[in-house]
Amino acid sequence: MSEMEIFSLHVNGERRDVTDSWLGESLLDVLRDRLGLVGAKGACEQGECGSCSVVVDGDLVCSCLVMAASAVGQQIVTVEGIAPPDAPSDVQQAFVDAGAVQCGFCTPGLIMAVHDLLDRTPVPSDTEIREELAGNVCRCTGYGRIIDAVQRVAVARVELSS
Amino acid sequence: MSIIERPADIARHGALGTSPPRPDGIEKVQGTFEFSSDISADGCLWGATLRSPHPHARIVAIDPAGAWQIDGVHAVITADDVPGQMNYGLISQDQPVFASDVVRYVGEPVAAVAADHPETCRRALAALAVEYEVLDPLLDAEAAIAGDHPPIHPDGNVIRHQRIIHGDPDVTGAVVVEGTYEIGMQDQAFLGLEAALAIPDPGAKGVELHIATQWLHEDRTQIAACLGLPEDAVRLVLGGVGGAFGAREDISLQVHTCLLALRLGRPVRMAYNRAESFIGHVHRHPATIWMRHHATSDGEIVKIESKTVLDGGAYASTSSAVLVNAITLAQGPYRCPNAVVDGWAVRTNHLPCGAMRGFGAVQACFAYESQMDKLAAACGIDPVDIRVLNAMRTGDTLITGQPVLNVAPVEECIRETAALPLPDEPVGGAPMPDGSADVMKLPGGAGRTADAGDIVRGIGWGVSIKNLMYSEAFDDYSTARCRFTDGVVTLKFATAEVGQGFVTLAPQIARTVLGVDDVRLDRIDTQIGSSGSTSASRQTWMSGGAVNAACLAVRSKIFDHVAEENGFDPAALTIDGTDIVDSVSGWRGDVAEACAGATFDETAEYHHAPTTELDENGQGSPHTAFAFVAHRAVVDVDPELGLVKVVQIATAQDVGRALNPLSVIGQIEGGIAQGLGLAVMEEIIQIDGVIRNGNFTDYLLPTFLDMPPVVATLIEQPDPYAPLGAKGVGEPPCISSTPAVVAAIRDALQQAGIDRPLDRVPVRPGDICL
Repeated sequence: MSEMEIFSLHVNGERRDVTDSWLGESLLDVLRDRLGLVGAKGACEQGECGSCSVVVDGDLVCSCLVMAASAVGQQIVTVEGIAPPDAPSDVQQAFVDAGAVQCGFCTPGLIMAVHDLLDRTPVPSDTEIREELAGNVCRCTGYGRIIDAVQRVAVARVELSS
Repeated sequence: MSIIERPADIARHGALGTSPPRPDGIEKVQGTFEFSSDISADGCLWGATLRSPHPHARIVAIDPAGAWQIDGVHAVITADDVPGQMNYGLISQDQPVFASDVVRYVGEPVAAVAADHPETCRRALAALAVEYEVLDPLLDAEAAIAGDHPPIHPDGNVIRHQRIIHGDPDVTGAVVVEGTYEIGMQDQAFLGLEAALAIPDPGAKGVELHIATQWLHEDRTQIAACLGLPEDAVRLVLGGVGGAFGAREDISLQVHTCLLALRLGRPVRMAYNRAESFIGHVHRHPATIWMRHHATSDGEIVKIESKTVLDGGAYASTSSAVLVNAITLAQGPYRCPNAVVDGWAVRTNHLPCGAMRGFGAVQACFAYESQMDKLAAACGIDPVDIRVLNAMRTGDTLITGQPVLNVAPVEECIRETAALPLPDEPVGGAPMPDGSADVMKLPGGAGRTADAGDIVRGIGWGVSIKNLMYSEAFDDYSTARCRFTDGVVTLKFATAEVGQGFVTLAPQIARTVLGVDDVRLDRIDTQIGSSGSTSASRQTWMSGGAVNAACLAVRSKIFDHVAEENGFDPAALTIDGTDIVDSVSGWRGDVAEACAGATFDETAEYHHAPTTELDENGQGSPHTAFAFVAHRAVVDVDPELGLVKVVQIATAQDVGRALNPLSVIGQIEGGIAQGLGLAVMEEIIQIDGVIRNGNFTDYLLPTFLDMPPVVATLIEQPDPYAPLGAKGVGEPPCISSTPAVVAAIRDALQQAGIDRPLDRVPVRPGDICL
């Protein structure tokens, strides 16, 4: 392509130079194809399914709807930055333990969304979980085990803090 | 959920009957699991497909010159560049790699390009000039049957016609009910879009394809034929699969990706976006089913008559097999001594249809379960009682004359479902602390405008039968290899892991059979014999059977080895936990230690019992095995706005034996979500042969808010014909959940004094309120 652009993004606490992008590329495309961070997934490319969820300056967003160049100067967190590889987060571990993962394509986006939910609402009700996560589509699980995983984390965090 | 919390002493953790974590679970939650869309290679180019904008047209000319003028374009290929067989297909090879003379559906591939970037590909496709002569499309399945339209394909407009005549075709019943039912076209809508990477061998003598598929070996057979290469020159490796549900059983981008890579001598990757995915894979057949039940005045079924018409779209795919399911299971899980059934799968200029979870049984079930409620009403019998009255039992026969030899706990499924608790929240959900209605619990959720006091709750039932494995004399065997060395077991198979959890189950089998905890999995690829398809609820039975057989073969070698070393009779040795035990002397030793330094390596095939084809009257024993399930739906309905909220689904499922209870629950809940989707929201809309909602904004999928809690009971009666006692569990949940939801809506409307047939799914708001 001809419209090459050089800019830098702050991703998972590191400065990452983007040297071969063009201005039309979404944050999702740049994360995946330019920076090699393939944890965020593309499944609908119109903000309906949440598979591409990342956090930008504290806000959970669909990275398919964000222009990469507009995220310059903002703090971006992807699923790769949630926890170190050898120490999964409590949400990540709960997804595995509760059977919340089948094909796993929606999972990274859901991990981001559940962390965001529990950060804001530490003990969500069933309705709050469903409403808050309704932007993340899962085609395999029917959501039951995911809700169980969220509730397990909420309970464990309450126990830990007491 | 209590059924997944078993006493720890039943089995050692990680063995059969427990629910160990998925071996790929941590990678998947960390985002490091490599899906097929994540795989790249140095020097890789991107491929893309040019597709027909017309449902039916003659290709007059293709001019690639414009595409070649764009920097970064490396290849443009058409049907002229297919070196081998021009067509592919699962059952009959009737679908072109690229259309060469005629296009038969909107979205049919015409050409492909390779370029340095997906955006370059997009521009190249836009610059490819194709001149079409538009032809009259065939869009009416009945017209295809009537012969009202010239053939749109050399193979004709009827893909298959099959009738079933059973018992006394002329007998009548005291009570007769009938109806015509329609099922819309559903999309599998897996989240992981089609994607592949092809890496050519030096000199283009072969190719390695990394692909998300359901059946590596069948893909290879079709790909190799089209490439004009011997099968052993085409090596397939399973790329991470982001769901399948039937949509990856057919070829999509496999041949195109390989052709581009072989042409260029460079790796090429292709990836569909959502819009292309909607037209790039087969769908669930839309169906029209007329059905008439004859019964005694007491409600006992005497005869069924039906006519089933499946719109197969432009190419055959698996239409003929879907049809056989739809007509041979038309009686449902009920005794039926007489039948006159007619079925057609026809070709039209709609999107091609093939496999989707439930595979013909879904369409039939919506018809026969709607009929059972009509019959109950006509006889003045409760919907539950009429189903129990007619419930099939082991030894009963299908309308094909085939005896049902498997465990058939239909009555138990119904009674256990009925015993599950109803929702404890009142109609419209529990109110907010201030006494107002919680809008999130109401049909329509936030933004609704009707009065909460108008909400009506209904209850509906669905019960179903599903055939497991392939049918009609097909030997869909599976292969597995077990290697034991130094106390470590390595399993090898070509079984496609699509999310269902065979990678969890296979080590459970090995741990149980061999008494070894450390079980590893080799790469899933074509470097071993076929495992058959991950479809038809067959892999637990078939590949589970193959892994079990390979492990048993290794265990036999272990016993011989230990017996020789210690002077035992190998026939007296058993595995207990992680020990080998000699039942004569009482000697006991750890398996790994007893076999230190030894290696055993065995490969086994598992074949199910043979089945037969149907004769001209639809008689025969076409199916391998059967599974059953009951669903009860509780639904709140807003009759004024036509909105629906499913409040609860209760189910009892015949699983044989739950080898991994947590995985079984995952299949049950996930399948019910897809059944709910078909009931009230999911449908591909085509107008004049053009898809109108090929995206996730307009094709609605159940979300967290749409999916209710599921209360489930597993009916565990180990099946003597299943190698591990376990039946496949993937498809049944999505079959009768659909008619259960629709029956609940009908029940709610009747309570509101509104009579609507609701004889079509998905049920739309206008079907309820207009």
